[in-house]
Amino acid sequence: MAPAVSLRDAVALAGSFPLLAGVTLDVDEGEIVHISGPNGAGKSSLLRLCCGLVALRSGTAIVLGHDLALDRRTVRLLVGYLGHETFLYEELTVEENLLFALRASGSSTSEAKADAKSAMARLELTGRLPGTQVGKLSAGQRRRTAIAVVVGRRPRLWLLDEPHAGLDHDARVLLDEIVAEARSGGATVLLSSHELGEPGAQQLADRVVHLAGGRVVGAPAALESETAHVA
Amino acid sequence: MLHDAVLVCRKDLRIELRAKIGLNQVAPFAGAVLLLFGLALGPSRQALEPAAAGLFWVAVLLSAVLAVQRSFAVESAHAARDGLRLSGLDPAGIFLGKGAAIAAQLLVLEALLTAGVALLFGARLAGGIVLVSSCLAASIGLAAVGVIYGVLSSAARVKETLLPLLFLPVAAPVLLGATKAWDDALAGRAGSSGVWMSLLAVFAVLYVAVGTVAFGPLLEDT
Amino acid sequence: MMLRRINSDGALRVLGTLALLGMIATVWLGLFVTPNAVGYADGTVRLLYIHPPLAWVMFVAYGMATLSSLLYLWPRTRHPRFDHLAGASAEVGVVFTGLTLVSGSIWGRTTWGVWWAWDPLLTTTALLFVLYLGYLAIRNVPGDPETVARRSAVAGLVAFLDVPVVFFAVSWWRSLHQGPTVNLATGKSYVHGSMAWTLMLGFVSFTLTYIWLMAHRYRLAVLRDREGDEGLEAALAERWAEAVR
Repeated sequence: MAPAVSLRDAVALAGSFPLLAGVTLDVDEGEIVHISGPNGAGKSSLLRLCCGLVALRSGTAIVLGHDLALDRRTVRLLVGYLGHETFLYEELTVEENLLFALRASGSSTSEAKADAKSAMARLELTGRLPGTQVGKLSAGQRRRTAIAVVVGRRPRLWLLDEPHAGLDHDARVLLDEIVAEARSGGATVLLSSHELGEPGAQQLADRVVHLAGGRVVGAPAALESETAHVA
Repeated sequence: MLHDAVLVCRKDLRIELRAKIGLNQVAPFAGAVLLLFGLALGPSRQALEPAAAGLFWVAVLLSAVLAVQRSFAVESAHAARDGLRLSGLDPAGIFLGKGAAIAAQLLVLEALLTAGVALLFGARLAGGIVLVSSCLAASIGLAAVGVIYGVLSSAARVKETLLPLLFLPVAAPVLLGATKAWDDALAGRAGSSGVWMSLLAVFAVLYVAVGTVAFGPLLEDT
Repeated sequence: MMLRRINSDGALRVLGTLALLGMIATVWLGLFVTPNAVGYADGTVRLLYIHPPLAWVMFVAYGMATLSSLLYLWPRTRHPRFDHLAGASAEVGVVFTGLTLVSGSIWGRTTWGVWWAWDPLLTTTALLFVLYLGYLAIRNVPGDPETVARRSAVAGLVAFLDVPVVFFAVSWWRSLHQGPTVNLATGKSYVHGSMAWTLMLGFVSFTLTYIWLMAHRYRLAVLRDREGDEGLEAALAERWAEAVR
């Protein structure tokens, strides 16, 4: 199967600081990969690189068959990214935010309406919530709205940065279900969390990739020998 | 491209209608500027009336800075600017949409300010076609330059001070052209404003073209 | 490598020496050899050997900055050197714009009796000064080197496009009021003999000075770039070391 994500010695900088210091990683299509690692290990940067929000300084990065150094726009239409920020407009309602995001990614008005409706239903954003301005929502409801945007876009690659943070237990279970559904629909999922013991994330994942110091340092089991090698 | 422009423009205008920052803050600010001009140059109407056109356009320029800042504040709250980049929207469409929304707000503001100069400075409104068409061309030009520099300066931590430094000198020809066109119109010489109207039109066309081409690389990298 | 550096240093030193000698000769000729021309206020003719060359260098510098920005934006010629060149040239250009304004203002005081007149050229120059100060401010906004370069190149073009618009706008605006018509740019018709030679020498030595200053700024930018590249190695090693802790 063709890899969904293929990185070779990928380096990304913020000023002169290497966010990613040479990441090599292959993710097959249809895989769920859990990116773990301590704070500042480069987990968020890795996900942001994959959707073209962070520029590639050296190395290669091919996502869904497109070279990120050459063509970020196509990649962006195919991925769904959930970051720490929600990318929502406070003054627009939940439904308006969804419709804008879906129409922006090329759906027609009627498609966008249908997709928005089903995504809101899936995230249990019902009743008065669709017509409520995002600025008046609770943190958990905003988070769910942001997830609904990703769901509605039906991406081929899901990039979820600490998706469980800020969600209550029920919503976490719901998210895990959604991720599992996405995989059975053929999508690839990269999700991060800084705690290995985080509930949900591990059970879902096909494998765990451990990041430290801006590089992949192997699966946790192999961690000790890897670090010894680096030292 | 146009589809995306319409989408972005409607989104921005809808946000503006809800938040009413333009109505509640920018318009009163422009009004305050007019009042201050009156205090500085008045109370004699002999001093104020001939200066009305210039004061009007200085007030518009200063308000345009605020409108542009507001337009990008909407995007940078909750990193919606990253959202814009991820949205798959055509950058040229984003430029045209944001520009159109700002131009529309400036036109509303200019209508209010026109009433203001008529009332406060005793300007006798004449040459309506020239007044309106110069407002239209000037607003488009200002909005285009504003969006270009808005995205350029939004990368900086000091955007509040950087934007006026960049925007106001480039907008100087608009101030000149629009003021002279208004001077001619108000003095009943609407026929002689042709050269100024063409200046405003050239400026608008030039910067709309530049922005449409250059917005992609700018949004991508900032 | 070593040899090339010595060579370029040597070339720069020769250039600098020539510029200095030319400048000294211009000053000497301008102040002590050339006659005090008729039609100018007492002694002010001597500004003629400075002001037009300053303005000339200003235009050359901005022209160079614009050309480099274009070359940077054009995908086939994209190279960091054009970004460095644009920055170096614009920086020197801003300095010369400031000097042009000061010399023009002194001229205005002695000829028209005012420090500032809304002469089209002078007004355009003043706007140019602020425009390019803005451009330099944009260059200083931090970011990834390629990002900064592309952003700056666009800003450089946007600023330059404004120059003709500003000039025509100010000219039309000015033509409505009959003002002083004698200015330094048109004053050349009075020039002859030793004055012409001195003026010519002024142009040459100011241009040499511009090239010399720009070359130094350019070299500094290149060195800084190289330092950044070497720093990257160190930064990567440091980043990897975090994994061990």
